[in-house]
Amino acid sequence: MVPLDHVIGLSAILFAIGVLGVATRRNLIVIVMSIELMLNAANLAFVGFNRLWPGSSGAARFDGQVFVLMIIAVAAAEVAVGLGIVISMFRNRDSVNVDDASLLKW
Amino acid sequence: METPTVLFYVFAAGAVASALGMVLNLRNTVAGAMNLVATMVCLAGIYLLLEAYLVAVIQIMVYGGAIVVLFLFVVMLLNLRGDTFPPGRLRLAKVAAVLLVLAVVGRGLALLTRALPEPGPVPEGFGGYALLGVALYTDYVLLVEMASLLLLAAIVGALVLAKRRID
Amino acid sequence: MPVEVILKTAFILLVVVGAFAPVITWVERKQSAVMQDRIGANRADVAGITVLGLLHPLADVIKLLTKEDVIPRGANRVLHTLAPVIAAVPAIIAYAIIPYGSTYTFGDHELSLVAADPDWGLLYIFAIGSIATYGTVIAGWASNNNWAHLGSLRASAQMISYEVTLGLSVTGCFMVFETLKLTDMATAQDTTFRIFGFVELLFGLSLPAWLERFPFTVPAWGIFLQPLGFLMFLTCIMAENKRPPFDIPEAESELIAGYFLEYSGMRFGLFFMSEFIEVVVIAGLVATIFLGGWSVPWVSQAAIVGTVEPVYGAGFANGLCLLIHFLTFLAKVVVMIWLQMLLRWSLPRFRYDQVMDLCWKIMLPLSIANIFATGLVMLWIRG
Repeated sequence: MVPLDHVIGLSAILFAIGVLGVATRRNLIVIVMSIELMLNAANLAFVGFNRLWPGSSGAARFDGQVFVLMIIAVAAAEVAVGLGIVISMFRNRDSVNVDDASLLKW
Repeated sequence: METPTVLFYVFAAGAVASALGMVLNLRNTVAGAMNLVATMVCLAGIYLLLEAYLVAVIQIMVYGGAIVVLFLFVVMLLNLRGDTFPPGRLRLAKVAAVLLVLAVVGRGLALLTRALPEPGPVPEGFGGYALLGVALYTDYVLLVEMASLLLLAAIVGALVLAKRRID
Repeated sequence: MPVEVILKTAFILLVVVGAFAPVITWVERKQSAVMQDRIGANRADVAGITVLGLLHPLADVIKLLTKEDVIPRGANRVLHTLAPVIAAVPAIIAYAIIPYGSTYTFGDHELSLVAADPDWGLLYIFAIGSIATYGTVIAGWASNNNWAHLGSLRASAQMISYEVTLGLSVTGCFMVFETLKLTDMATAQDTTFRIFGFVELLFGLSLPAWLERFPFTVPAWGIFLQPLGFLMFLTCIMAENKRPPFDIPEAESELIAGYFLEYSGMRFGLFFMSEFIEVVVIAGLVATIFLGGWSVPWVSQAAIVGTVEPVYGAGFANGLCLLIHFLTFLAKVVVMIWLQMLLRWSLPRFRYDQVMDLCWKIMLPLSIANIFATGLVMLWIRG
């Protein structure tokens, strides 16, 4: 049996690694990849909890898995638009370092 | 130790190692993207162990086969090399990593007392495409429609953003 | 049982990858030679005996193994080494779900000639196809060569475009057979249907009974139930695997080698072999989904077992049935391989914009129209 405690623990660890990536890396593409990692960690938690409460025979509950499918769709859309923004930024400043995008910083 | 448990730990170790490889890899962004693919595939393996079959296959097809390929295209087309940190930033990164390790160890200590109950048996056809498909198109049909509208908006947005200016 | 799975995996690795794929290289040379009215490669010999050129694959392997292993200067060593592996592994593990025969009972033991039979069988092929694009993407970039890089970007754009239409073109088959398990699909094609049965079902007429005889019945193969799906699937999967006429990424006569330009020795051998392994995968998939897999046309498994069993006993009947089905499947795979070689050597290469036009402007609307039409016909038939 898969230990569900450890599944949720793994989800927390991956989320923390994603937060580390977003907070410390300066490359915009790596930041977007870390956001994807955080979304995946959330997906893992959803699937884990759905496995814990799958409903009964004839009345199976799929809330977690449907949520995961929607999150995958949303992540795909977000990556498409996000990378479009990255390309626009690269065209304007010739760099994807977020330290160079600090015009609005006081 | 049964096979599903051993496999889970193998996949979990792979996922954590690949995630760390992606986040901590300063020199090579393409290697970071390949590490992200490895994380996706390990997570898909864990979904298979958790009896979410359709979700696992869609994870590989969409995340591993399309989204990370998109990342790779952008990295290659923009010819991005590595990341350079200003000196103070590297120390901040190390402090953050130390805090992360402390958080992980703390979580590990909390795992010593099992908080979640054992998962029970799984209903017939759980996680398969048949029941999940029926659920998607009867109970959650509005979600599916909204997701398709969102994807349409994303397509239009990406096209507008990435188009060359004609001026 | 783990022993069975190990045996089936060993069978796949040894027979299909070890024996079939090198023979395909020989078939390519000889078939192209016959089609072009020449002799082909026949010089490789052992002690003066050339076996019609069958030793050329062995000579090829020896040559590739003994060549110098070059990693270009400035290339990323890890990714340069990893790219052929990422290209070859999905091609090999795609065999795991292709059924070579159905289930046979020997005493109290059921033997099914498929290595893995998950419920979502065909989705596994799509997932494997998605992972296979990384070999192409990484190969060109890791070579530190501008032109290899551009070639790999174009090749991977072609692969991911055709993945979409690949899934859509075979959705009609899912709807008709109502399953994703390849073994169930092959079993569902083991029957026949009457040609004019459609007329009966669609218009509610009743046709005379003598139309039930051969040759007015047709085996219920995917190619007869979904002809447009067959054509589209064949096109899309040949484009996905960069088989000619969609081989502008590799274009042997024009670009030297395209995205695997900087690979030599066994690294190139892995790319080369993975392409021929994919030929056999394409053949196996098309044979299973559209040509009835292991089923003999007009003779169902129950008919074979039922005829032989009273005379020779159940074990022998099942064993004979196994042999017949396996040989039928092999025959269909051979026909599909021959067809792919035929298409390779008779069609000119598509230009890259023609390849992309074909995918997005022709295949995508056609496959969606196919889904609609299949749905309409099914709803009409079911009342």
